[in-house]
Amino acid sequence: MDEKLAALVEAMPRLLDGISVTVQLTVLGGLAAFALSVALGLAATHPSKAARIPARIIIEFFRGTSLVVQLFWLFYVMPLLGVDMHPLVVGVLALGLNYGAYGAEVVRGSINSVATGQWEATTALSMGSFQRMRRVIFPQAWALMIPSLNNLLIHLMKGTAIVSFITIADFTYHLDQLKRVTDTVFSYGVIGLLSYFVIALILTFIMNALERRAKRRLGQGITLKSVLSPAPATATPGGGA
Amino acid sequence: MIEFRDIEKSYGDHLVLHELNFSVAKGDRVTLIGPSGSGKTTILRLVMTLEEATDGYIFIDGQPLTHEERGGKRVARSKKDQKDIRKRIGMVFQQFNLFPNMSVLENIIEAPVHVLGQSKAEATTRAMELLEKVGLADKAEQHPTSLSGGQQQRVAIARALALDPEILLLDEVTSALDPEIVGEVLGILRNIAETTDITMLIVTHEMQFARDVSNRVLMFDGGKIVEEAPPSVMFSDPKHQRTKDFLHAVLGDAEGTIGTH
Amino acid sequence: MISITTALDWNWDTTWDVLPTLLSTFLKVTLLVTVLSTLIAALLGLVIAMTLRLAPKPIAVTVKWIANFIRMTPIVVQLLFAYYAFLSLDGITIGILIFGIHYSTYMSEVYRAGIDAVPQGQWEATTALSMSTRRTWTAVIIPQALRATIPALGNYAVSMFKDTPFLLVIGVVEMVNAGLIFGGNTYRYIEPLTLVGIIFLLASYPTSLLIGRLEKRLAFNT
Repeated sequence: MDEKLAALVEAMPRLLDGISVTVQLTVLGGLAAFALSVALGLAATHPSKAARIPARIIIEFFRGTSLVVQLFWLFYVMPLLGVDMHPLVVGVLALGLNYGAYGAEVVRGSINSVATGQWEATTALSMGSFQRMRRVIFPQAWALMIPSLNNLLIHLMKGTAIVSFITIADFTYHLDQLKRVTDTVFSYGVIGLLSYFVIALILTFIMNALERRAKRRLGQGITLKSVLSPAPATATPGGGA
Repeated sequence: MIEFRDIEKSYGDHLVLHELNFSVAKGDRVTLIGPSGSGKTTILRLVMTLEEATDGYIFIDGQPLTHEERGGKRVARSKKDQKDIRKRIGMVFQQFNLFPNMSVLENIIEAPVHVLGQSKAEATTRAMELLEKVGLADKAEQHPTSLSGGQQQRVAIARALALDPEILLLDEVTSALDPEIVGEVLGILRNIAETTDITMLIVTHEMQFARDVSNRVLMFDGGKIVEEAPPSVMFSDPKHQRTKDFLHAVLGDAEGTIGTH
Repeated sequence: MISITTALDWNWDTTWDVLPTLLSTFLKVTLLVTVLSTLIAALLGLVIAMTLRLAPKPIAVTVKWIANFIRMTPIVVQLLFAYYAFLSLDGITIGILIFGIHYSTYMSEVYRAGIDAVPQGQWEATTALSMSTRRTWTAVIIPQALRATIPALGNYAVSMFKDTPFLLVIGVVEMVNAGLIFGGNTYRYIEPLTLVGIIFLLASYPTSLLIGRLEKRLAFNT
């Protein structure tokens, strides 16, 4: 055991570098995915077909073609088309596109779930469509979408573990290095899975806090139990792991 | 003020309104009564442009609301034109429909500030007057969800009035309320009816209120007006058998009439 | 189409060279793993859901946290862990087991929601009829819960299908890996990787549509 600990201490700076890369990919990929989710989700609920149809095609395309395929396609094929990107950019882009397409469905569904009476009240008050979305519908949809977006964020974080295959030295890459000087159970099992689990719990904690804030703004209470629970509030079928 | 001309409304095969023709003069308080499914609420929703008629025209002060006749064809008006007319109309809903992401005050000043372009200070002053009027000035900073149903509906009334509408549509505004708080909401509406000249189109099951507030009552059945009379006549001496049956059913007394105050 | 293929420097000979390999790995690996893992996940998920409901609290809580742990950690690391920890098993077997276990934690949530959705009156009726726990579950609760869960289980099967390329981290030659190997040998990546994407899209999109329709029909019939 002492040998393992010594190896761990020695590998610690590189493992922390790896965790930093994993967290960067998660945060940047998450932000890119969120921006795309909102843009595509709004387009998919737009009354005009000219906005809806392209949005649907993009959503179905990036949901249907698998994250790993998109990652390798961007990594191997884009340079052949004259677009050379840093691997980190490729990683963020693939994560953003794939999970953004899933997120768009969450945004669309949440917008459609806002009570009809709320839409009617905005008409009765003569609000314009932009004002209606920005000031009434989206703030309410936001509270509805956070639990599902959290599930997607966890999926995205788990998805980052593949990026060492496009030459990024993330946490999983350094776990492999650690395995060479210790063993499988210690590196992947104890250090690896536990660290990822802690990252996921921290992300969930942050998202739960956001949800609590959003619900408070709508005058809805939320229990302490639901804040601390890591289980998804709603099952979101269709998210990649 | 409001004119319905040959209005037809159907959902698929189901005809809700048929060849509807009637006018409402400025300052009129018209109550629509009739069994549920008779199309009363649909009429309010058509005026608020929440739904579109299948055929026919609605005019507000002579201006077509959603559709106009051009070259013998029924064509939709531009969204902008519709919006301009819509600003003159306010509506209070059965389920209040207050925005839960805004405080009471924010609910009321939302449209004045962002639709009419009033300054926040100006809108707030007016909103506080309205809250005073509905007896909720002390709740301005509260969340709508922390209020009782009756209080929420009073806020919704203030919100509708904040746009200074010429026409106010009241869609079963007391139906979602507990019986003991219906009175407080109706009291406020009575007060508005007495102190303003807003044209009102009312759908309600509160016959006493209809009698006190309105100057005309229209009885609907099967998407048609079966009888029209001033409330004093309608409630004491209805002519049509359908009206008699309906009033008998909702009032539950032997004569199917209500007394005057 | 021609202009796009020209811009991509698309080579049809390469396309016909690689397509049979991709289709055969699709059938022999991707589909095989998806189907078997789905079966494991569906069964194990039910076991987890029932344990959470029926087992004594300490056991239920422990199972819940293990399930959370598996659900919230990367399948890639789980695959690597299991692959090196059980060297006697080959990659595909490890893949089937890990995918099955990983997704069972999701499916247990679906079952849980389905069980919760069975009306209280049904439970009360089984008590009134003095039905055994076993009969209550097998004759009343599970049949009703299952109906509503089928579309969600189907959706997870589709997402598992799209996750199968993760298997390449333990050296399994599934479609993406087959494409990459072909690319490494021929320096042609456009055709294999694009084809793999198209195959995924062609297989998953219609399935999702079917599940959506099934969902609507089941919703109407209840």
